[in-house]
Amino acid sequence: MRITKHPILVFPEKKKVEFIFEGKKVSGYEGDTIASALHALGIMTLSYSIKAKRPRGFYCAIGNCSACQMVVNGVPNVKTCITPLEPEMVVFRQEDKGVLI
Amino acid sequence: MRTVELVIVGGGPAGLCAAKLALEAGLEVVIIDRADKLGGQLIKQTHKFFGSKAQYAKMRGIDIAKLLINEIENHQNLEIFTSTTVVGLYPDLVLTIYDQKKYQKIKAKRVIIATGASEKVLAFENSDLPGIYGAGAVQTLMNLYGVLPGKEVLMVGSGNIGLIVTYQLLQAGVKVKAILEAGSTIGGYKVHAAKIRRLGIPIITNTTVSKALGTSKIEAVEIVKLDENWNKISGSEEIIKTDALCLSVGLSPLHQLLSMVGAQVKYISELGGFVARVNDNFESTVKGVYVAGDAVGIEEASAAMMEGYLSGLHVADSLNKPHPEQENLLKYYQDELELLRKGPFGLKTKIGIEKLKVGESNA
Repeated sequence: MRITKHPILVFPEKKKVEFIFEGKKVSGYEGDTIASALHALGIMTLSYSIKAKRPRGFYCAIGNCSACQMVVNGVPNVKTCITPLEPEMVVFRQEDKGVLI
Repeated sequence: MRTVELVIVGGGPAGLCAAKLALEAGLEVVIIDRADKLGGQLIKQTHKFFGSKAQYAKMRGIDIAKLLINEIENHQNLEIFTSTTVVGLYPDLVLTIYDQKKYQKIKAKRVIIATGASEKVLAFENSDLPGIYGAGAVQTLMNLYGVLPGKEVLMVGSGNIGLIVTYQLLQAGVKVKAILEAGSTIGGYKVHAAKIRRLGIPIITNTTVSKALGTSKIEAVEIVKLDENWNKISGSEEIIKTDALCLSVGLSPLHQLLSMVGAQVKYISELGGFVARVNDNFESTVKGVYVAGDAVGIEEASAAMMEGYLSGLHVADSLNKPHPEQENLLKYYQDELELLRKGPFGLKTKIGIEKLKVGESNA
């Protein structure tokens, strides 16, 4: 759900950005973060808690809380709420601590 | 490793104002910010500010951010690192920074920590369900990215942020079902509360959330009445359906880098949590490390700007490069800061600052 009319802000139409989420081709817009693009698509679960595997969405949206960490282009623990969306990104929900090396 | 005169961690209101006066004083300045643009939380604040001319009263936060950034961004002595996180700060004033690709080290002669704050959470059953957001997160999602948190929202907390974000939700076309307030009175300014009430949004006092309901996302919330000691009154529970729950229950200073560098920090509830002890010049107990803005106690962005200017001046002076208008500006911004703290809301800050000073000699 995107804002179309606003009394103060203007949201001009922007270029579509296609990316892959959980193996499926989806799209957001230029200027989106990964999390805002997913949210606009109605995708709210970004990760699962490490032990109980409970669904997690973002909480703070400014890179503090770590609830939005996902696997992006093979790299885990990417804070998707502050990471700009780029074309062809491959994004997966993170289900574990993430392994770097 | 390169050495710069001043590294400012955080490019929000405090950091930008500190940079402005430090640059004017002739310092070379580096600003590091985790976000992909400067401005901190100002860039989502569509409301007009209160205060006086010094705090850009009547301007919207989004416009204040543009103004503060414009004033400095092309300065020849300034370097800006965005999308970059400071992951280490050491007592010899070496900072380790990470830009998602590589780690680098920078040595500073002075550091100003202007990291701001993080949103507090509330403990209740299922409080981790997707669709439960901090109020600031909702503001970011809507005002920065133009994405709605849901069709209907329930707000928790009637402080100024809760009231302002409620109004902004309404502006974006979201239905706000109610604002819950655990206390017996509305927390924020009357002028904000009146605006909300005129639009027919109930502000329900002595009430909080007892649990969230839903499986993969929030679907409804159970609310409960509280007695005067904030104990739940059993039998008063009620279920409210909602797409999203917005928590506006306060902020905590981001003190982590200060704790890491070994600065003395103390828990002061009036200031929002752990804050570093600073002297009158905003310098922490670690020489050369200064703190300004919400990182040294939760107030409004107006106060953060004043503290930013003051810390910038003090840093310049400590490097024997006082600002051409050093004394006048110090007095001006100090007076403005005092004025901001004169109201009933400022009292809390003043008590906090006094508490922070207690036991200082045991350093």
